[in-house]
Amino acid sequence: MIWWILRRLGQMLIVLFGVVSLAFLLVYAVPADPASTLAGPNASAATIASIHAQLGLDNPLWQQYFGFIGRLLTGDLGTSYVLRETPVFGRIVAALPTTLMVAVGGILWQIILGVPAGIFAAYRRGSWVDRLITFLSLIGLSAPPFWLGLLLIYYFAFTWGLFPLNGLGSPVFWYLVLPTFTLGAGGGAWYARMTRTNMIETLDSPFVRMARAKGMPERVILWRHSFRHIAIPLLTMIGLDFGYFLGGVVIVETVFGLNGIGRLAFDAISNLDTPMIVGTVLFAAIFIVVVNFIVDLLYSVIDPRVRLNS
Amino acid sequence: MSEAVPAAAAVDPLALGDKPVRAREVLRSLKKDPAALASIVVLLALAVIALAAPLLSPHDPLQTFPDIGLGPQGQPLPPGTPGFLLGTDALGRDVLSRLIYGAQVSLVIGIVANGLATAFGVLVGIVAGYFGGVVEAILMRITDVVISFPILLLCTALIAVTTRSTFNVIIVIALIYWTTLARIIRSMVVSLKEREFVVASQTLGLSHRSIMWRHILPHLVPAIIVYTTLGVASSILIESALSFLGIGVPIPQPSWGQMISDGSTYFQIAPWMLFIPGICLILTVMAFNLVGDWLSDMLNSQTPLAR
Amino acid sequence: MSTVLLEVDDLEVTFRRSAGPGRRAASVPAVRGVSFQLEAGTTLGIAGESGSGKSTIARTLMGINKPSGGSMRLNGADVGALRGRELAQYRQTMQMIFQDPYDSLDPRMKVSETLLEAIKLRKNKPASPLNEVYQLLEKVGLSKSFASRRPRELSGGQRQRVSIARALCVDPRLILCDEAVSALDVSVRAQVLNLLKDLQEDLGLAYLFISHDLSTLRFMADYVGIMYLGKIVELGTRDEIFERPQHPYTRALLSAVPEPVVIDRTVRLPRVRLTGEPPSSTNPPTGCSFHPRCPLAQEICRTTAPARRVTSSGQLAACHFAEPELVVAEA
Repeated sequence: MIWWILRRLGQMLIVLFGVVSLAFLLVYAVPADPASTLAGPNASAATIASIHAQLGLDNPLWQQYFGFIGRLLTGDLGTSYVLRETPVFGRIVAALPTTLMVAVGGILWQIILGVPAGIFAAYRRGSWVDRLITFLSLIGLSAPPFWLGLLLIYYFAFTWGLFPLNGLGSPVFWYLVLPTFTLGAGGGAWYARMTRTNMIETLDSPFVRMARAKGMPERVILWRHSFRHIAIPLLTMIGLDFGYFLGGVVIVETVFGLNGIGRLAFDAISNLDTPMIVGTVLFAAIFIVVVNFIVDLLYSVIDPRVRLNS
Repeated sequence: MSEAVPAAAAVDPLALGDKPVRAREVLRSLKKDPAALASIVVLLALAVIALAAPLLSPHDPLQTFPDIGLGPQGQPLPPGTPGFLLGTDALGRDVLSRLIYGAQVSLVIGIVANGLATAFGVLVGIVAGYFGGVVEAILMRITDVVISFPILLLCTALIAVTTRSTFNVIIVIALIYWTTLARIIRSMVVSLKEREFVVASQTLGLSHRSIMWRHILPHLVPAIIVYTTLGVASSILIESALSFLGIGVPIPQPSWGQMISDGSTYFQIAPWMLFIPGICLILTVMAFNLVGDWLSDMLNSQTPLAR
Repeated sequence: MSTVLLEVDDLEVTFRRSAGPGRRAASVPAVRGVSFQLEAGTTLGIAGESGSGKSTIARTLMGINKPSGGSMRLNGADVGALRGRELAQYRQTMQMIFQDPYDSLDPRMKVSETLLEAIKLRKNKPASPLNEVYQLLEKVGLSKSFASRRPRELSGGQRQRVSIARALCVDPRLILCDEAVSALDVSVRAQVLNLLKDLQEDLGLAYLFISHDLSTLRFMADYVGIMYLGKIVELGTRDEIFERPQHPYTRALLSAVPEPVVIDRTVRLPRVRLTGEPPSSTNPPTGCSFHPRCPLAQEICRTTAPARRVTSSGQLAACHFAEPELVVAEA
């Protein structure tokens, strides 16, 4: 167990290192010059040159890279080009709670919307409820999240005034309902489909038929026998999709005007704020890697067989 | 974009049939699935519309009508206005014409980007799955890095610092999507290569290339068809997301994502700018998803060799 | 005078299993020091329970698994030292027929395509490959019309005949049959076995015949090796093994055969009943691997692994008590 965790941690570090290096190189390899973006269109050559010197952009790429990695190891992500005097690290940490709330809320919605609907549809296979759930999940899969978000804002916030339009206020929960729903709807539709398929398979399996023949209550069959069979593929999905999920976070934060990491990243990219881009990319990658680690751990909790064979 | 990719994982790759599909069987299974049939009709119609865009669209999609295309306060005209069947947008451009040309853009991007992603993902997946060992470790680690990469951010960065162009959008979508396919194909190949007919070819002394080309790839074709169909749906969604973030297809050119994005600014006064392209987008993506589901059902149901 | 075609000496194959959550990395010794010789034109049968390492030997010989120790010599050449072209040629000297007739032919290819693909690998290409296909089909008892069929149109026995034809495409001297008839119906099985025997006579083929079915081996094999947990515990001629088994495990296997394999009623063998499951190969028992299940086990069996030695009745056996006295004492 300990060895496995250590090995996984090692792999995580390698992946993170790869991600950061790739982000750094890509951002630096592009032809655009952050100095001229910063200085504005009318800046003189002298201004640009001084900005270059100030930001260390004159040094050769490898020197910038090693300097960057060296500082990274001490936890220093550098200072934002645009928002001077602000360490990138601090800005990201400040934006972290918002993003965490949005992300956790999104995942919760996915599960709340998807799993019961899937189980229900599987139990009532072929009925109108099943058809309705299947149809709704198809729409959920096919609707762009930002479109859904705008729709929700239009009706629930603008027309009917049930929820706040955007931003964060008090009570926070109230402000998070629409964004997290937007984020979770697509995934929820997906989970409903997955759960339905797996549940149907489980309900048809010999051990469920056996349990029924023995007169076991449905509730017991569902929780004791079927839970694992729907939980494992679900876990896989959560782990596998988390990168895309974070993409959704960027969009949702933009649509709903939330100041989270996604928004930070998006603004940083518009301003070519390299340290901020690399910083947000690193944090997003940490998110993904950690989620996958937790998912793998949960596997062995849910499914003891995972211990025995690879 | 959490649903950008999962659509593909719906199919159990190993359950896909090895039997060649006959036209008669295709028609029979279509008869049983009216939704898929309708979807195919929708997609064919869409293809025709996209191809015949110059003939069908009432106006030039880029032309603004500052006088007749905008209301007295300079507001966009609602659907049903004479001359502008689906209304106008904030610049007084004809929504219907933009929609028709937008279909072109969405389809081209969806199909080309997905084709690239498929080719690359299949290549990586086959090579990694077949050779295993170090090759697999390296390729899949790279795939992991790309998946762990908040790829949307990266792409945003890439497009933001280069110029906005349709070509870039295609490349970016291909970059996003190939990883999923590589993983799926790899897992299929890992089990395919244990099949005795593959081992038998190895023991005969057939070259690796022939084995991959003649004995492995043909068995992946049904899965590839299914994933590619579902992938087009995802690609169209990703394109719309990129347009929304302001890094999609370059500006005056109409794409559905771009139109929704434009509409988002004016939805309080001109909701149709948001609804019309959105509904078109959903219908198209839905049609691709339904056809993908149908394909996987059909190929799944005839599995003499499912194991 | 027969010549030694294949010589396997102290072969070891170990599988590695990587660590996962809650378990350590482990190595599984599947084959532990196996030695045997196979003469040209003869059949060596190998029997044992599933998991005993029978198939691993065949797969290692074919280069599908890598040996972790020992040597394999084919026509005197060390197989481990072969590279590139020589290796490809070596592979063609030795072919394999697989267990599952439903999986060993590419379902997407016609019979002719499967065979042509193999024929093209031959060093001197035949003038008319298609004629060659027909000839091969005839050799395995199938008519020309089978050339255009696909595997799913064939029965299990027909598929296995095509597999044999495919193996013959490259003119092998030795064919490894890994449970080649186990999946077939009994009536079909006899036909395929007869075909293999005929081919052996016509072409002078040698077989390494792996099967868990002792009556098949009794029919096919000239020599028989009995495997238990990765070791050959007894090795001898067919008659030695079937009529005068020395190792208690061999006896247990023979007495587990429902129909009386031992036809000669004058030699009455004591029934040895096998209890329990074979132990895990990850962690084989100390001393003699068989001792936890052996009715004759003594203290020495727990501590010392028995060496393989010639017994009084002629065959090799790895048992402390494999002596003529044993038979007397038990009888």
